Amino acid sequence: MVTTLGVHDVTYRYGVRTALDGVSFDLDSGRFCALLGPNGAGKSTLFSLMTRLLVTDQGAISIAGFDLEREPRAALARMGVVFQQQTLDLDMTVTQNLRYFAALQGLSGKRAQKSIDAALDRLEMRERSGEKARALNGGHRRRMEIARALIHDPTVLLLDEPTVGLDTGSRQAITAHVHDLADTGLLVFWATHLVDEIRDTDDVVVLHQGKVLAHDRARNIAAGKPLVDAFIAMTSGQSEQ
Amino acid sequence: MTAYFVALRAIVFREAMRFINQRSRFLAALVRPLVWLVVFAAGFRAALGLSIIPPYQTYITYEVYIVPGLCGMIQLFNGMQSSLSLVYDREMGSMRLLLTSPLPRWWLLFCKLLAGVTVSILQVYVFLAIAAGFGIVMPTIGYVYLFPALVLSGLMLGALGLFISSTIRQLENFAGVMNFVIFPMFFMSTALYPLWKMAESSPLLRTICAFNPFTHAVELIRFSLYAQFNGWALLWVIVAFAVFMAGSLIGYDPARGMVRKVRA
Repeated sequence: MVTTLGVHDVTYRYGVRTALDGVSFDLDSGRFCALLGPNGAGKSTLFSLMTRLLVTDQGAISIAGFDLEREPRAALARMGVVFQQQTLDLDMTVTQNLRYFAALQGLSGKRAQKSIDAALDRLEMRERSGEKARALNGGHRRRMEIARALIHDPTVLLLDEPTVGLDTGSRQAITAHVHDLADTGLLVFWATHLVDEIRDTDDVVVLHQGKVLAHDRARNIAAGKPLVDAFIAMTSGQSEQ
Repeated sequence: MTAYFVALRAIVFREAMRFINQRSRFLAALVRPLVWLVVFAAGFRAALGLSIIPPYQTYITYEVYIVPGLCGMIQLFNGMQSSLSLVYDREMGSMRLLLTSPLPRWWLLFCKLLAGVTVSILQVYVFLAIAAGFGIVMPTIGYVYLFPALVLSGLMLGALGLFISSTIRQLENFAGVMNFVIFPMFFMSTALYPLWKMAESSPLLRTICAFNPFTHAVELIRFSLYAQFNGWALLWVIVAFAVFMAGSLIGYDPARGMVRKVRA
């Protein structure tokens, strides 16, 4: 069986500083996996490598069986991405933003329109489709970015700290929405440093100082304690070494 | 192949939307050359005598001489404006959206380039229409011949902007580009004075100007406006475009370019 997202022995350096050191894990479809790590753990670097904004010094990343280095187009076509920074064009309407992204994925005509309609329904924003993105609040913009990332029907959805800067209500709504997406068979890979966004049944990869400290179900990592305590114990113990 | 053109159409449309939404940018792009044409050229008309040089077949006024240079100026500033917005997009994140598209990166960058060129050509023709209102009229066929020349010079100057954007790490560094790229390129060219005039004051300066790709972009525009062909300028523009585009592709290559050095 093909691994949906495979990261094998990935190492990356900024000059002499090692940002990622032999990072490895495999993830399957239909799962919500949190990439949990404190600030500076290497989450954004790993995210940039997965989206091919950077290329690995060593190791390999595969998406739906396609090696990101050897078959980047096939791999990227199976990936939906939501960046930490908002990437909507605020001067374009909701529909224009969705159509622009569909075109970057090579979708046009009826196929694009069908995907855009489905995205608008998912957002429950059909009546606001003609409004400029600037008119939307932070939570709606984020939801729109998530819907946009799904327009080309990807196998993997990558999200880099998507709830940063949102109020509690919006955070909870988005977290619940993305968990629902995982239930439909999508692999959701969610980078975060906020433990409360993770459920007991989620997979968790704990990243700290560029290394994977743990990869297991959240409840197993927590081992009967609150996950936040287990996470702090794990990362503070490593920092002291 | 359809996917390539779907993306091209979308990127050009987005650039056009930006352009429409930023009317002040359009006005600023026109005001700059018009001030040169109306104020600067009027002042220099008496001071700067021009002999008959190709493509001109008679004595011309200074206003007529600098029109091709001002067309080039519009494209030069437009290329740098595109470069600035690329750096901004990279800092704000929307460039990431473009670069994670499954289409080849060279095509995506070329689409971005072509979108900028389209806008600059529109600006040039509006400028020429206003210049015609001031009585500076070119042969009618020249306006037609001008189009392919503007495409090539726009691509070359846009590729230069693209290359510069790949080397700039922060938006704040952009002021340096104005001082070290745009102004020297513009003033050390044939935009404002012919090479022979420069040679009178400094043979070294004339040599530098002769090696400036912007000089050749201006000459390509100048000759095309008079329905004439300048093969040497065309060759220079094509070679410069190839060099700048290659530099841009290396700059935006995640494995080799400057983007690799920018911490994600």
